[in-house]
Amino acid sequence: MNLFRNVVFIAAIAGLVAGVVLACMQAYATVPLILKAEVYEQAEGGHSHDHAAAPADTASGNAMSSAAPAASNAMSAATPAPAATAAPAEDEGWAPADGFERFAFNVVSNVVTGIGFALILVAVSEFAGGIGNWRQGVFWGLAGFAIFTLAPGLGLPPELPAMPAADLTQRQIWWVATVIATAIGLGLIAFRKSLPLAILAVALIVAPHIVGAPQPDSFETPIPEGLHHQFVVAVTLTNLVFWLVLGAVAGVVRGRFTGTATSLRDSFA
Amino acid sequence: MNTASVSLGTSVSSQSRFMQLALAALLGTFIIGFVGFSHIDAVHNAGHDNRHSMAFPCH
Repeated sequence: MNLFRNVVFIAAIAGLVAGVVLACMQAYATVPLILKAEVYEQAEGGHSHDHAAAPADTASGNAMSSAAPAASNAMSAATPAPAATAAPAEDEGWAPADGFERFAFNVVSNVVTGIGFALILVAVSEFAGGIGNWRQGVFWGLAGFAIFTLAPGLGLPPELPAMPAADLTQRQIWWVATVIATAIGLGLIAFRKSLPLAILAVALIVAPHIVGAPQPDSFETPIPEGLHHQFVVAVTLTNLVFWLVLGAVAGVVRGRFTGTATSLRDSFA
Repeated sequence: MNTASVSLGTSVSSQSRFMQLALAALLGTFIIGFVGFSHIDAVHNAGHDNRHSMAFPCH
């Protein structure tokens, strides 16, 4: 399992670096917008994550929203709620406290996500000869960004809390199907020098968007349009940097393996 | 196509090579599935900001 171990090693380092970078970018770019949206969410009295119990964030606006939920809860229970609020009470159960604990858990889940994506990226790239250096890594990262962020994000734009959305499982199925179709499409374009296959590739990339992502029954939301737009831009750009870092670091670390003498490479076995 | 000389773990057979790479990709898929797609509340809450910021389908 020499190869497996090398792939895991490269992925672990790349995922760690890219995950920490992403978490730091999120702390400035996306998490403040999520916190703003949660104020609207709690004011609306709909689905809530119950971060209000935490001490750190109380000054930022929870006080203003705490009066509203009781009244509007009764209302939203009576009216036919949109899909998002009709979901079972997700706010039950444990959640990290706001402030440092929440940031720490975000770093951990970013690193774990990074390692997961890095494992897929490194393993798939090995089939195509491997990521030779940081520059090739940047291009592999671009492909990952297109597959995992751009393509699913077209049909299912990044959501803020309190935004209406269709059934979760259906959206997850569409997300996964779009990722697979886009990945196969890009792979065909990149590695098969055949016009019919390139046409098939374009069809594969376009098809999920013709089928269309599951949409909510109602687009009514307390979240201002401007806040959501800001969030979409922030998510897309932070993910772009994440993928470029992930690919580049994977290329650099892999170069350390292959760049050294064969004897050293085998000594990992 | 002299890619073998710059590949990782060149000493393994091509079948073993395929299995090991597939296993690594599968492991990555499971990790993403757990962090980004799990319906377990505690997992969802722990990775909440990450899920939103990675544009995983959420809620």
